[in-house]
Amino acid sequence: MDEKTDKTAGAARTQAGGKRKKTAAKKPATGKKPAGAAKPKKKAKPRPRAKDIARLAPCGVGQPRRGLIDDLPGGCRDEDCKFVTRGVDVFYGEKQAIFNVSLNIPDRAVTALIGPSGCGKSTFLRCLNRMNDIIDICRVSGDIRMDGEDIYAGDIDPVLLRARVGMVFQKPNPFPKSIYENVAYGPRIHGLARHRDELDEIVETALRRAALWDEVKDRLKAPGTGLSGGQQQRLCIARAIATKPEVILMDEPASALDPIATARIEELIHELKENFCIVIVTHSMQQAARVSDRTAFFHLGKLIEEGPTEQVFTNPRETMTQDYITGRFG
Amino acid sequence: MTEPPDSHERIDWTAPQRLTRLRRRHRANRRMQWLGLGAILTAAGLLAVLVLSLLASGLPAFQQSYVTLSFDLKPALVNPQDMRRGKWRKIVRNALFAALPEVKDRRLKRKVFRIVSRAAPYNLRDYVMKHPELVGKTITHQVLLSDPFDQYVKGVIPAHIGAGAQQRFNPRLGGPEVLAAFEKLRRDGRISLRFNRNLFLNADSRLPEQAGLAGAIVGSFLMLLVTFIISFPAGIAAAVYLEEFAPKNRFTDFIEVNINNLAAVPSVVFGLLGLALFIGYAGLPRSTPLVGGMVLSLMTLPTIIIATRAALSAVPPSIREAALGIGASRYQTVLHHVLPVAMPGILTGAIIGMARALGETAPLLLIGMNAFIPDVSGMGISEPATALPTQIYSWADSPERGFVARTSAAILVLLGFLLAMNSTAIWLRQRYGRRTW
Repeated sequence: MDEKTDKTAGAARTQAGGKRKKTAAKKPATGKKPAGAAKPKKKAKPRPRAKDIARLAPCGVGQPRRGLIDDLPGGCRDEDCKFVTRGVDVFYGEKQAIFNVSLNIPDRAVTALIGPSGCGKSTFLRCLNRMNDIIDICRVSGDIRMDGEDIYAGDIDPVLLRARVGMVFQKPNPFPKSIYENVAYGPRIHGLARHRDELDEIVETALRRAALWDEVKDRLKAPGTGLSGGQQQRLCIARAIATKPEVILMDEPASALDPIATARIEELIHELKENFCIVIVTHSMQQAARVSDRTAFFHLGKLIEEGPTEQVFTNPRETMTQDYITGRFG
Repeated sequence: MTEPPDSHERIDWTAPQRLTRLRRRHRANRRMQWLGLGAILTAAGLLAVLVLSLLASGLPAFQQSYVTLSFDLKPALVNPQDMRRGKWRKIVRNALFAALPEVKDRRLKRKVFRIVSRAAPYNLRDYVMKHPELVGKTITHQVLLSDPFDQYVKGVIPAHIGAGAQQRFNPRLGGPEVLAAFEKLRRDGRISLRFNRNLFLNADSRLPEQAGLAGAIVGSFLMLLVTFIISFPAGIAAAVYLEEFAPKNRFTDFIEVNINNLAAVPSVVFGLLGLALFIGYAGLPRSTPLVGGMVLSLMTLPTIIIATRAALSAVPPSIREAALGIGASRYQTVLHHVLPVAMPGILTGAIIGMARALGETAPLLLIGMNAFIPDVSGMGISEPATALPTQIYSWADSPERGFVARTSAAILVLLGFLLAMNSTAIWLRQRYGRRTW
């Protein structure tokens, strides 16, 4: 842990300066592992918590493409991160949508991807669970590793990957089936429940975690499409967490919702980050500031700046970030 | 020198040239409306002419006239051991002339006997065979009138034809004495006009009064069954592959263009293909619903594929993303989510394709599916059969007045089936098509 603090680069050091000691002191206590999170790891090594991750230095920004993953400076060390991406390029046919993006995404924290429309943040998000695979003309190159494993390697099955990396979409998209079936579908196709009782339990747990159980427990057989927009989105979150993924990708999850429903979703994100690695794409900078621990700013397919949310919003290094955040363009 | 118009100058919306322009725009609007309305009225009028003329000539065929006679079922004539060999013609003859005691002359008797249908002895026989306890009794039963008298009762043909000096007795009715005998039967209340169940219960016959559509309906049903079993799964599978799995390249483009072309190929060509391939090469039995259904599924396939692809592409991508996003494989996504949502559209397309197949005539004529089927009981997938449109074709070729009416009636029945199928398609679309995601 000390090694990490030593490595911390300038910008974050000034940011985190005052509290750094406190953070370090807290570290040993982080060993507790919330039940029902990702699948058990081999080593129960203490993971950095969201609060600490926010203090860590930026990484990967503006770095040239490198062969080795570990030789990047920065406190958000590769081995602490859920995702490590290096030199990611994405092409739609001839058109390049993402240029040489290198970004580390920490576990058990919320990382927000912000930027103007069409800047490639959704495209980048979809690289993380290989949803881009279903687009024929889309081509991804570069190195994307999850827990050190290259997710674009030939032996990785995107179907299994997507069970581990859940996704919530911009528009609530429950299946035109019952609420129960919506949540039970994932566990069922992956064979996570051996019998009905187990499945019932999984569904209940998922709905409880998505803060929807109390509203729907009496009408699990009702169609999921009959719920309100906010409830539908929480149902989609419940559906995503029912397969016990390690990561939840959220593509503007609240942009189709009213402020009250948005607030509930944000609350939910806050609770979920205790157990999941969350990556959220958002148009709303207030939302990014409210929910995220780290923020990455994209512009025209390039990663302009990445760092702790507080720093990116209050003291950005790049003028372009400053301009976007203060509303001068975008 | 003209000043450029000041952008802040107010536009005078009430200036005369503006008002003229506005009036012109409104006139054009009304013109378009009237044009559209006129087109609709023309179409509706033509349809009305078709249906009305069919009704006018076809409605009489939905009624049938009968003569009520007392039949003396003497065992000597009935031959209870083997009723098929009974002297039924004689029984009917005796019954008729018991009702007409004044007809004595042998030659006249022969002519008067033609009032009763030639099918009457057989119908009486079938009736008694079904109720063997009647043998030995005298029963009152209704038997068919022959076609000319049936038409005469309905007023389709008159007693006298020609006008003025040219007027003469209608030769179809056999002469004044025969007509006098018939009028006596009518006065005695023996002639009755009832709903024509035979039209739906009987198969084809050379006698118009006996002929019905049952054989054609059963044949069409068997044929459509074969068509459905072949083209529905194959069509959906092809469409799902093309829409969901196939890479977009020149080969699939080529296939797509060809499927669309296939839908436009004249049906006669499919008939020839079926004749050469299924009957000539594969040696399947001709005139059968099996071959008919196979030929028609060639025709229906493109329709179903095109409709299914349209239905699949109308499924919002969010459903696919949702399923893929929680780790469903592509086939699970399609089978569990996309197909159920697209099903109303697919069924609509399939029903419309089947309706087209039901009305198809030319390919059936080429594979000989216009067989003469006098009995429904022997029909099967691989037995010779006829279908509704080919039945219409055969009847339209017959000169008897009864067949003229029955042709129109058969067309009405066919239109009824088509209407029912298309209404089902529309109902399905209305019932399940309006979903919210």
